[in-house]
Amino acid sequence: MSANLINLLIASTGQTLYMVAVAAVLGTVLGLPLGVFLATSQRGELLSAPWVNKILGLVVNATRSVPFIILVVAIIPFTRFIAGTSIGTSAAIVPLTIAAVPFIARLVENAIREVDAGLIEAARSMGATPLQIIRKVLVPEALPGITLGLTLAVVSLIGYSAMVGAVGGEGLGDLGIRYGYQRFMPMVMLAVVVILVVLVQIVQSLGEGIARRVDKRAPKGRGD
Amino acid sequence: MSEAQTSGAAIRFDNVGKSFPGKDGGTVTALTGVTLDVAPGSITGIIGRSGAGKSTLIRMVNGLERPTSGRVLVGEHDIGAARPAQLREIRRDVGMIFQHFNLLASRTVFGNVALPLEIAGTPRAEIRPRVEELIRRVGLEKLADRYPAELSGGQKQRVGIARALTTQPKVLLSDEATSALDPETTQTVLALLAEINRDLGLTILLITHEMAVVRDIASHMAVIDGGRIVEQGETYRIFTRPEHPTTRSFLSGVLGLTLPRFIAERMTPEAQTDTTAEVFRITFAGAHATDPMLARLTSELGIEVNILAGAIEEVGAHPFGNLLVSIDIARAAEARAYLDRHGLYTEVQGYVR
Repeated sequence: MSANLINLLIASTGQTLYMVAVAAVLGTVLGLPLGVFLATSQRGELLSAPWVNKILGLVVNATRSVPFIILVVAIIPFTRFIAGTSIGTSAAIVPLTIAAVPFIARLVENAIREVDAGLIEAARSMGATPLQIIRKVLVPEALPGITLGLTLAVVSLIGYSAMVGAVGGEGLGDLGIRYGYQRFMPMVMLAVVVILVVLVQIVQSLGEGIARRVDKRAPKGRGD
Repeated sequence: MSEAQTSGAAIRFDNVGKSFPGKDGGTVTALTGVTLDVAPGSITGIIGRSGAGKSTLIRMVNGLERPTSGRVLVGEHDIGAARPAQLREIRRDVGMIFQHFNLLASRTVFGNVALPLEIAGTPRAEIRPRVEELIRRVGLEKLADRYPAELSGGQKQRVGIARALTTQPKVLLSDEATSALDPETTQTVLALLAEINRDLGLTILLITHEMAVVRDIASHMAVIDGGRIVEQGETYRIFTRPEHPTTRSFLSGVLGLTLPRFIAERMTPEAQTDTTAEVFRITFAGAHATDPMLARLTSELGIEVNILAGAIEEVGAHPFGNLLVSIDIARAAEARAYLDRHGLYTEVQGYVR
């Protein structure tokens, strides 16, 4: 493999990491509050707003039901409005984020719904406001689940990032398609796949490690 | 002084009713016409089977449930009418402990006990000494940095108690606090509650399905059945002179009296034509507890008494005795009348052929 190709691999890895990292951060910043709201706004819950909950739920489901490659193309006008252009690595962050937000929101919602209702009752009995209950009880107690959810989201984003080549997003997936497939260079394809596998492994172990550290519950299978 | 002192009750239920919307569109009535005063500084136990409404009742005291009719007063505050912000203020004066402890798994013992103070906006510098004092009071100073998953059930409930006391409440609610604990641990937790009641003058309202819990620490009690209070008063009076069938059935489990099997097998609830003897329970309590009444029954009336079982019980510092006896059916009514007249309590258990 020529030095030129190796440089290309390194640059593509950097682009993938850049897109995934920015989309993951933005997706978390927007998805976390959305997930918390979805988990606490059904009728009779802390932030009871059943109609808003239903509408947001519909929007989330709609976004999640569009295949990512279609989403990338369908929102090109929006991408241009946000990023100034619809082509390139930075522009690709827009569809990646749009896909990440509802996904992360659902994962956060599930993690928060796992928190024992008795804890909410205890906090209410202490005179906590709904926001205090969210900040001091729900989010900290759901943190192991949220961490695992974010890990899953990042792994999915790595997969999605391979598709943004369709709008000139570059990155590893794009390299694999253009060089490995279209120019028939199997070594490039192999290198891309190996790097992706390694990236996913690192993200997964890192995520599980953090989740274990923040999880103070009794290990499963041990009597209590 | 507040109205609470003048009206004489720390908690007052005034003709309280509660119904929920049912699954099939109707309503489910949980409580009907509950009127109950909880005296300041007392430990009051409410006993009932599951589904009797006791959980709903206790959760009304801190507004986790609101009454659909009647009023619930804590001190001078009407809980049902309180607005959310007022309610949060009132809740800081009412601590609560739970059957399943409800501790945050993500926080250490210290962090759990500190939580109510953080919620109340107490400055950080004041939190530490207060929390350390409470952890010492419940005897967990060595475990302050542990997480709940590393504690035993009894230790978890001690954390729950410390947490409930951090905001210096006037009332402590106990929702089946010992039901998930083994008998030995139950005793130590109850002793801690009694100690807190004595030292801090805290009013404790507890609900339970175990008569033994009421016997061991409650000065006053109420029996709830089908959403109604069927009997209430001083624990000693109810233990020695129960009036309602539900109370009696709760008592039969705790009095430590069981009939010998050969008698129990031959017992019938009603007198039959071939009945030869009546079995009844005699409770010796109060001024007559030490009178040799059975000997007198024999010497004065010539009635022979067959003793089947007996036990001495204690409610608070007051002992009382129970005997199960059988007496010839021809003389039984006369014997019971004699004992009742002399201040003992009798209750027919059944008839033997």
